[in-house]
This record gives sequence, structure tokens and C-alpha cells, in this order.
Amino acid sequence: MAKCKYDWPEAGQRKLIGKRISRVTGPAMASGQAKYSYDINRPGMLYARLLACPYAHAKIKSIDTSEAEKLPGVKTVRIIQRVGTEIQWAGDEIVAVVAEREEIAEDALRRIKVEYEKLPHIVHEEDLSQVGDRAKPAAEQRTGDPDAAFKDPDAVISEGYYGLPVIIHCTPETHGGVAEWVDAENLRVWISTQNVSGLPPQIAETLGTPVTNIQALCEYMGGGFGSKFSPDRWGIEMARLAKDVGKPVKLMLQREHDSMVAGARPSYFAKIRVAAKKDGTLTGWESDTWGTGGPGGATLPPIPYVLNVPNQIKRHTSVATNVGPARAWRAPGHPQACYLTMTALDDLAAKLNMDPIEFLMKNLALAKPREQIYRQELQKAAELAEWTKNWHPRGDKSPGPIKRGLGVSIHTWGGGGHNSLCNVAIHPDGSVEITLGSQDLGTGTRTVIAITAAETFGLPVEAVTVNIGDSKYPPSGGSGGSTTVGGVSGSTRRGCVDALEQLFAAVAPGLGVPAEQLEAADGRIQVKGDAAKSLTWKQACAKLGVKSVQVQGKNPGPCQLGSSGVGGVQIADVSVDTETGIVKINKMVAVQDCGLIIDLKTAENQCYGAITMGIGYSLFEEKIMDQVTGRMLNPNLDSYKLAGIGDIGEIVVHMMTGPGYDDRGVIGLGEPPVIAPGAAISNAVANAIGVRVPTLPLTPAKVLAALAKGGIA
Amino acid sequence: MSWKKDKVRKPAKPNEALTRRDFLQGAGVAVSGGLLVGREPAIAASPDEKAKVLGPEAVPITLRINGKAQKLTLEPRVTLLDALRNHLDMTGAKKMCDRGTCGACTVILDGKAVYACSVLAIAAQGKEILTIEGLAAGGKLHPVMTAFVEHDAHQCGFCTPGFVMASKAFLDKNPNPLQQDVEEGLGGNLCRCGVYVGVRQAALDAAKARLGEKGGKAHGKV
Repeated sequence: MAKCKYDWPEAGQRKLIGKRISRVTGPAMASGQAKYSYDINRPGMLYARLLACPYAHAKIKSIDTSEAEKLPGVKTVRIIQRVGTEIQWAGDEIVAVVAEREEIAEDALRRIKVEYEKLPHIVHEEDLSQVGDRAKPAAEQRTGDPDAAFKDPDAVISEGYYGLPVIIHCTPETHGGVAEWVDAENLRVWISTQNVSGLPPQIAETLGTPVTNIQALCEYMGGGFGSKFSPDRWGIEMARLAKDVGKPVKLMLQREHDSMVAGARPSYFAKIRVAAKKDGTLTGWESDTWGTGGPGGATLPPIPYVLNVPNQIKRHTSVATNVGPARAWRAPGHPQACYLTMTALDDLAAKLNMDPIEFLMKNLALAKPREQIYRQELQKAAELAEWTKNWHPRGDKSPGPIKRGLGVSIHTWGGGGHNSLCNVAIHPDGSVEITLGSQDLGTGTRTVIAITAAETFGLPVEAVTVNIGDSKYPPSGGSGGSTTVGGVSGSTRRGCVDALEQLFAAVAPGLGVPAEQLEAADGRIQVKGDAAKSLTWKQACAKLGVKSVQVQGKNPGPCQLGSSGVGGVQIADVSVDTETGIVKINKMVAVQDCGLIIDLKTAENQCYGAITMGIGYSLFEEKIMDQVTGRMLNPNLDSYKLAGIGDIGEIVVHMMTGPGYDDRGVIGLGEPPVIAPGAAISNAVANAIGVRVPTLPLTPAKVLAALAKGGIA
Repeated sequence: MSWKKDKVRKPAKPNEALTRRDFLQGAGVAVSGGLLVGREPAIAASPDEKAKVLGPEAVPITLRINGKAQKLTLEPRVTLLDALRNHLDMTGAKKMCDRGTCGACTVILDGKAVYACSVLAIAAQGKEILTIEGLAAGGKLHPVMTAFVEHDAHQCGFCTPGFVMASKAFLDKNPNPLQQDVEEGLGGNLCRCGVYVGVRQAALDAAKARLGEKGGKAHGKV
């Protein structure tokens, strides 16, 4: 293929790309110097607190804020939702208070009297017979001839019940920020967001303020996982409150409130039948699924997942509940679809007395176009998990109460590169700046930009200044769907190549060669094939005189720098205590492709993190709702259990690189590795104890209940 | 809050031993009215010697933070975390759970790692408070911080200062830990991005580096 001028350097030429490089924000984070939106303290700043509705479904009958207004230190009380409004979930915001100090704002909330007319609510959806008219069945979907597939007398059919509850995002930094009116017309907000460039248009529309008058800032942000794309009601309210009081206002959700309202991953439950020939060839799929993402219900997840089983019937029922609205949760729909599919297939493999890896391999033709990728990844994962040595058929027959098991799962995700514009500047003093309205969620956006620029300029990473987190910079897409690395690396690469051309043009006459014969390497601008004829980067930049090179880089653009679509395989190795029901992770193996990797260190860390999060939702996490009160019972971190440092066992990550992988260009990695842990861990538990624990999280009580029904054998 | 417990156990004078009634009175004051001065007995010792009750209005307090005295006027109910973040603009300690679970607000009080959200500022008077800002004094990274950077023991970084402070306090007491010790010692800190693999390695590596300087030999697996 002809070389295109923006193409990534060939493998042998890469000095930085694909190496393990420490993230550029590391020192600021480790020393506490990194300033998050929560950390912004402005002169004269006041604090806002929100009064939340205690009922899951209610109509506001009256609101009396007079006592709150009288409290010394209270600056304003603002009604957010008026009398007569029907509230659909507990935690919905009713009144906002601004006070001199947080404690006073909290006191003021207690003086507000709101009367409600309680209305019937539904917060449980697992038992479909109890949800009444909240169930909205969708039309049945059919492909092929499922009736024939299931009636085939030679078919082996496995039938089971599977499910995962609603979980929350639980971002370390809660939602919210600081709003400040710079003058009567111009608003500046610091918001914890995944969408710096996308915020001003959303705020402008609601406030009726011109987009040009709004600046959104977010230098560091404490986790989003899909829940921070919008300014949200609190983001709008803090701007209104700041205008009312004429001072900057900080409005951060308190943890309990954040857990109730600021993000949930839809639940899914399913009765699934799968059919295969005796040799393991999949022939049929039948599923009845239902789930909720709050008032909006939940659409059919992408099942059967990865393997496009022939002859399908799918029936789905969306359940509208009062659990608080769903938000995109890392790889929306995929962890659920993966869990439902890969557990059902694992049960079928067990019924066929087949090794599940052999079973998946047998059916990989259904995983087009990534058949070969999965084959390679399954082999690699099996090797790293010592599958041949450690796997056994269902039910660990060894003596003693601790049973060990292995489970496997595969996943997929799109990714790619979002739209991104950046400004690349090379200054006469040799400094280099890349400026764009992107954000770093902890995925290493700044680091990826710095590496891309440094690689292109032949400079060390530290030589590049990266400016992001400001909506006044050239716009870049929101960070969702694993599209940021592809977007910002594409715009940065193109901009840097063009900027370098201009620098070459400025220094070529002095070196006595045409600009095309120059290259940038090892901190120098030199004549290709004659390194003796060169200038240091600084000397070269001095030739610019007083004018910096300023170039705009774009993604998408000429030359194929990225693509879309990845696979991925994970294997879980667990021990289950059959006396206590406690599941312990011994080892997790993740084999993952994501095209060309810019920074291997942060890429591996994405996988470590995603698997850790996956262990959390497999073993501990659930948004537990109380049907009597309609409230979330575990909205704080002492009761909403995240995985801790002692819960993760050994995690082995292998990134697929080299020919066939690197040449796909940059793809993105935030979502894929978080998809498979649920199924892999559940399958490992079934392998250990000989019986399926049907729903996540795999709590001791559920493990013991499953064992009571059978197991080991 | 050890100050309270100690004073209950050791009355100032042996012959003024507490009656149950005195104790309940004292406890009642503490619950309903506000809080008592840190260095005073936490209970009303006798009818004619009234306990000095502070608050609910703001009172002057002095905190010794990173070797420097800081004078503040705070309501007695203000936590050390809010005092640092809202009154001193020291935002390295983070508010994540605000109820003594996640460790993002960890600071070191007289050598011991504590959750700053669960200590009242007035109760921290007279103690040496070390925060993440003090650990990176002069812009130089502490070796624990360097290990965190090297092992990429952060993603969003919000929990990182808490982990660094907890690691520092842990390693001061456990200079040569095994991986299992690290998992127990840092079990009071939570991360949502899931950077425990890096934290584990960073803590072991920091121990190893320090032992190396002292000519010792680490046994922790890195």
C-alpha cells in the first residue's frame, strides 16, 4: 500500500508509540496538585445544596421555603420543580439552597417543608408478574427457522435463567461543579464532565444565553464511566443560582444523592434456550428478556452476543420503574448481553460435555469478521491461564470445601475515532503546544496526545505541552464509546505532520537541501541519510523568527489512522468456599486487541481497571431498592460495595500487537475489557461448584442457595 | 476519637470518679449542644465546675498542618476535611464518600493515617497534621509518589492522594511488607477506576527502594 503522508511510523521507526510510558499527569495526581472541578474554590464562592424528593413516585402538593430563607447565612432558595409536578424517582431535585457555608446550606434544607401526594411506585422488576402495566412488551423478532432447530430430535438443548441487576456508576468525584458569571453576560463553569466541548451548546439552549458567552472548564475529572455528558439539572441550576446571588456557586452532589440519581446501568433478566448439534455446532437461540433502566425502561440488549447463532426467536419486555434514570454505563448494553449469552452458551457446553474453549472455537464462524482474532486470543488466554492444566469438567471433585473453577468469555466493541480539531503550535523558542477541547477521564488522553506529538517531532514526551479541558479550545468530541484516543491521536498526528512541514520549509534553505529531504529525529532536524547535516530542534525553531507555526489538525482526515471493531477474551480462575459461599478471584486473564496502541502502560492499566470494575459488578455491586419505601437502600460507599485492593487476585493482561493488529490503526479501549468479567467469573463459579448461580452479583447467599439446589455432582 | 475515650477512662482526679449520672449528663451535652474543647474533659466533672461548651457558633481554633500553625474560625461541627478543603484551599484530600469508608481524604495525624472526613477540626488541635501538600513540599515528589507514577497507580487520580497518604503511613509502620500485608494495610481505601494492581506494585516498590537505600533486603513480591 502506498505510504500516505500522515500514516503512523512503521514499527521499526517508532520511538515512543507502543512503549510503556508513564502518564504525563502522574506527578500532579500523585502529589495532590491536580485540580478537579470539586477542588475549585473561587473568591467569594458560596455553596449550594439540593433538597431531594424522598418518594419514588409522588406529586408535589406544596412547598414552603420561608423558614429556610430566614436562616442567617442563606443567600437564596430556589424552587426547581413546582407544585403539581409528578416526580418519578426518589432523589429527584425539588429545591436548591445557596448559603455562605456548606453546613448552613445543609441546615436550610431541613427547614424546607414539602408536602407530597404519594403515588404507586415500582422499583423491582425481576419478578415480571409484579410489575403490572409497567411492562411494555416489544414485537417478537425471528430469524431463520427456530422451531425446526429446537424440534430437531438430535439437538441438544440447554435452558436457563440468567440476570444482572441495576448497578450505578459511582464516580469517585460526584457530579457537579462551580458556576461563575464573569460579568452580566458571560458564564464560566467548571464541571466534572466527559464532554467539555459539548457542554456550552447544551447550557446555552436551556439558559437562553449565547453559546459564545459560555466557557466550560474541566482540567481534571474524577471518573465518568458514561454518566457525565450532560450539564444535567444541577449544572443548569448552579448557573442560575450564581446569577441570582451574583457570586460563584459550588454545587456538588452529595454521595447519597449521586447514587440515587446520577447514573444507573439497566438490569436484564432472561430465560434462554440454546440448541446445538451433538458436535457443538450452534443451531438455535430463543430468549425472553426483560429489564429496566428506570422510567425509560430498557431496550433489547444485543443478544445473542458476538456469536450470531442461526435461527433465533427473541421476545423482550421493557419495564418502566421508579429506580432513577439509566445512563450510558461503560460499553452500554454489552456487559449485560455478554453475560446473558456467554453464561447460556457455557451451560450448553457443559451439557454437551465440551470444554467451553473448544465449544467457542467450534462456533467462531459465527463471530465474523473477527473469527481469526478470537481464535488467536482464545489460544493466548488459554495459555496464560494454564487452561489445559487447570480446567476440569463442571464440579470440582477434589476433597475439601474450597472448589476451584475456570470460566471463559469473549466480547466485542466498536470504538474508533471521534471528530476532533486541534491547534498545533511550534514556537520560535522550541516549545510545542497541542491545544484542543478534549478531556482526560483518567484514560490518559493528555499522555496519548503528548506521545503522538513527540513521536512526530522526534522529541521527548516532556517537550510537549498539552492544553485540554477548555471549551474555548478547538472542539473535540465527548469521551464515550472508546473514541477519544482515536480522535485526538488522529487530529494531533495530522496537525503535527503539517506543522513539521512548515518548520522544514523554514530551515531547508539554511541546510541547503529541499524541505522534502528533511526529517525530525532524536531532537534534531536533519537531512535524511546524512545526520551530520542537522540542527537541534531549538536551533531549527529559532529560524522561524518571531512567528510561531500554527496549524490545525483534524480527525477524520486524509490517510487511515484508525479503524473500528475489536475482540477480546477473558478467563477467570476462582475459588468458591462451599461452606460460606464466598467467591475469591485467584486470577483473571485478559487478552485484548485495540489496533495500534499509543501507550502500552496506560492501555494495560485500562484493562487492569476494567477487570477490577468487572470483579466489582460480578461479586458485589447492586443498586438495592426497597419496594416499601421506593428508595435505594445502599446509596453510600459503606453499603454500595466496590471491589477493594484485596479482592482482585492476580490480573494478567496481554495486549495483541504486531502485524494484523497495529495496521488497523488506533481504535480505543475504554469499553471492551469491562464487558466480559461477569460471564467469565460466573462461568468459573459454575465450573467450580457444578451449578449455575443465575444472577449477578455472586453473593455468598446466592452461591449457597444455588448449592442447596444441587451442584458439584 | 481517642481524646474522648482517654478522658473518660482517666478522670483528672481519682476521687472524682464518674457516676453513671455524670457520664450521661456529659454525653447529653456532647450530643445535643455541640462539642467540648479537645483538651478539656469530655464530661461535666462536677455540678459546680461547668464544662466549657463550644458552639454551635464558630470558634477560633489552631491547626498545625505540615509544620505550620493555621488559625481558623470554625463551627465545632466542621470536619478536618472541610476545614482543609473549604477554609484553607488545601484540596489534595478528596471528598468521595464523606463517611469514613473510601479513604480518599486520608491525612496523617501524629503519624497515623486517618479519614479527615471523620475527624472534627477542633479534635485535630494540638496534633501534627500531614497532608498530601506537605508530603510533596517544595515541589519534590516523595518516593511513594514516584512509585505511584512509575507503576501508573492512578487513572482519574481522584483517590490517588488518599492512597499515597495511606501508603506512606503504612510503609512507615511496615517497612518490609508482603503483598498480603499491602492488601490489608491499604484495604481502607477504595478506587472506582480499579488501579489496585498499580497501587500494590507501587507500595511494594516504594518499600523496596527505601530498604535498598538502607542496605536492607525486601521480601515483598513486586
